[in-house]
Amino acid sequence: MDLHLVPDAEETPAERAAVDHVLGPPESGWDGGARHDGAERNTARGGHDARGRRHLLLPTLWSLQERIGWISPGGLNYVCRRLTIPPADAYGVATFYALLAVEPRPARVVHVCEDLACRCHGSHDLIAQLEERFGTEGELSDDGSSTWYRSPCLGQCDRAPAVMLAVAGNEPLERVVAPAAAPGVLSLLAGGDAGPEPACIPPQLGEGSLRLLRRVGRVDPASLDDYRAHDGYAALRHAFSLGPEGVIRELKDSKLQGRGGAAFPTGVKWEAVARQPAQPHYLVCNADESEPGTFKDRVLLEGDPFAVIEAMTIAAYATNCTRGYVYMRGEYPQAHRALERALAQARSRGYLGDGILGERFSFEIEIRKGAGAYICGEETAIFESIEGKRGEPRNKPPFPVVEGLFGKPTVVNNVETLVNVLDVVLRSGPGFAETGTESSTGTKLFCLSGHVARPGVYEVPFGVTLRDLLDLAGGVPGGRSLQAVLMGGAAGGFLRPDELDLPLTFEGVREAKTTLGSGVVMALDDTVDLPRFLMRIAAFFRNESCGQCVPCRVGTVRQQEALARLLSGRTNGGVARELAVIAEVGQCMRDASICGLGQTASSAIESAIGRLGVFQGGAA
Amino acid sequence: MVELEVDGRPVKVFEGQTILDACRKVGIDTPTLCYGETLEPANVCRVCVVEVEGARVLAPACSRKVEAGMKVRTDSERVRHSRKLVLELLASSVDLSTTPVAPDYLARYAAEPERFGPQAPPDPGRDRRRTGHHVEPDGQMAATVHVPVKIDNDLYVRDYSKCILCYKCVDACGEQYQNTFAIHVAGRGFDARISTEYVAELPESACVYCGNCIAVCPTGALMFRSEHELREAGAWHEDEQTVTQTICPYCGVGCNLELHVQDNTIVKVTSPDDHDVTRGNLCIKGRFGFQHVQARDTGTD
Repeated sequence: MDLHLVPDAEETPAERAAVDHVLGPPESGWDGGARHDGAERNTARGGHDARGRRHLLLPTLWSLQERIGWISPGGLNYVCRRLTIPPADAYGVATFYALLAVEPRPARVVHVCEDLACRCHGSHDLIAQLEERFGTEGELSDDGSSTWYRSPCLGQCDRAPAVMLAVAGNEPLERVVAPAAAPGVLSLLAGGDAGPEPACIPPQLGEGSLRLLRRVGRVDPASLDDYRAHDGYAALRHAFSLGPEGVIRELKDSKLQGRGGAAFPTGVKWEAVARQPAQPHYLVCNADESEPGTFKDRVLLEGDPFAVIEAMTIAAYATNCTRGYVYMRGEYPQAHRALERALAQARSRGYLGDGILGERFSFEIEIRKGAGAYICGEETAIFESIEGKRGEPRNKPPFPVVEGLFGKPTVVNNVETLVNVLDVVLRSGPGFAETGTESSTGTKLFCLSGHVARPGVYEVPFGVTLRDLLDLAGGVPGGRSLQAVLMGGAAGGFLRPDELDLPLTFEGVREAKTTLGSGVVMALDDTVDLPRFLMRIAAFFRNESCGQCVPCRVGTVRQQEALARLLSGRTNGGVARELAVIAEVGQCMRDASICGLGQTASSAIESAIGRLGVFQGGAA
Repeated sequence: MVELEVDGRPVKVFEGQTILDACRKVGIDTPTLCYGETLEPANVCRVCVVEVEGARVLAPACSRKVEAGMKVRTDSERVRHSRKLVLELLASSVDLSTTPVAPDYLARYAAEPERFGPQAPPDPGRDRRRTGHHVEPDGQMAATVHVPVKIDNDLYVRDYSKCILCYKCVDACGEQYQNTFAIHVAGRGFDARISTEYVAELPESACVYCGNCIAVCPTGALMFRSEHELREAGAWHEDEQTVTQTICPYCGVGCNLELHVQDNTIVKVTSPDDHDVTRGNLCIKGRFGFQHVQARDTGTD
């Protein structure tokens, strides 16, 4: 391809090093290296070879972001030469992701969460204090070395309010600090240290009923030996004795349903991929949990990373995959480090790679780091992102089991779903199905946050009620009363305090016309300003829409504008008309959007209006 | 052949054809905006959605392949609602004044785009908005994609206030036709826009001025400079124009040209979509190299 690069923009040595860190040194004059006369005079390099590395675009852009602090025209030029990607295309990819900057940005940036759970715990005050004592969002410090930005949910809802520090340099640093207070954040902005990483201790630590969380907080996440001492890799050995068909049979018998939100039967998905004649097959572990209020997968990845690796290995064995990707959101630096460390150990000890445990089975896992895009947790957007493109969802059909990553049959499973597989294999399918209810089997992780005494990830068998769960977390603290519960996250729905006897099962919530979603249970006490809370939900969807289809791209904006008018009382023809706008736009988004983001972008807001009666009280 | 039912009428089409093909076969006029006869369907505008029995959500007719026994409804309440809303959402955020099909569609679905409030004025900063951030609106004006017109070369102008983000120009510039890749979608969500790298002006970009993006643009966001200037001057009279077919004189390929002539002057050049070699595409010479025809002044300066 005849690349037209950005004129007069050359990469600096540091930018070159950042790109080469991912791609290795250039091999020839064709891709930015030294020109060797002789052979190269007559032989072109690049073409399909270079373009075949397109999937390294996002890691390469990340490397520039982490080491330089932004992606300059010169840096982008060099990336484009190395990978044979037109600059306009690469620029389109870079500008898709909120954590990548294409304008100069200081090396030290603090991302301050302003999302739902953090709102319940003073993020508003924190932001107000930063504005007063440091400057508005994006404003530089006096020496130009730091700034702060508002951020969507950082997945630290159990220790809200949260911030994430990112320091660019040769040794890039990314650290979450939670809970955060203004003096601490100001110190981070002034170059201060982020302190030690918090250990991951689930509130139910030590309880015998725990399954998915049984090792979290008890096992050393950095030690393969400790993992093995806690029953680790027993499931993989048993899976090998069952054979691929045996594993799928157990899985179907277990009636395990996906925990990412869609509740698709996992065994059915695996069988469909296993039977596809096209090769190779790919496995994608969806660790991009970005739904506001969700942090369960983070706890598993930080506290028991080997379990995720073992479960992926079993999945790959059953569905005949030789390569797996963990697509993890960029806001999870601690989980990223934990999994990277675990992968290195597993690899060096023969639990990954060729001939695992002496079987004729090879499997390798790679982590792909998301860059600030909720939409990339959508099961087809995740493929586009891994392939090095803008994370825009694909139209379905074809479904991922037929045409997924790189156009090949692909299994996509959420982290929690995969970790369940260990139990299915160890207990057998029917044994697993003994827990829970007839059609919702096993246990479920719930992310308790907002106004509860002991926020955190709780594991309970399907069938307990919402009331049981809130009691487990200590109920609403401070003598306040419960105003509402947000179930399933921003894409979920609200419940009233008189609906707490709802049994938490897939069928139970379906009957109650709500959703378990990703397991969010956010309690809101009577101090919460619900209309403002809804504005944040609307802002979230507006920010996170990929922009591909009209219903979601424009609908999320019109929804937010109608809410803003209701909030200010300056309605366009009265409250009823605004509510009609919200309902009509909502129905179009639900019916005509390409993917689940648009299809659920109005559900929480409409449930607040329909179920809680927000805005119906005669305001305006 | 695959047999299906559209609005209660049985229809047979070839395997691999779409619901849109089936609709056309039985004479149902389905609105489309991002669909282009000569391009792969991007299926992003969603104005062609139809109801497929048994499906949870509506399906884009332009890209959904037919299946045996499929029961499709193209005029149900749900379909009419979504089409109306899609048109309202577009018309309230985009300038559709040069989209030929817009008045008919808006009337057909009784769209009321003005109900979202007065339209926000052009914002020169739109091209460089920070991804995933926005200024909280007060709802008193409907956000728009309006930006100042980009006039940075002699051949064509880019008026992205009129852009519905159908991806056609990106596809035509990229791997579906031209393989030039001068433009792509940048940004995200409502701030998504067609852009060169770092918002470079066209002469600085990879653009080779084939004008194939203009040929596929359904809204007039991309326009011959000659047409743009005549329209600005209020002197664009499409009903007075003649279209003359001829063959491009420049090389041996023999592309068909359609010369649009007003007041005995060529005002733009197109090429027929149904030509099986060029499929509506031309090169810079065929598309823009017509000045010599009307050069009356052969002066020496």
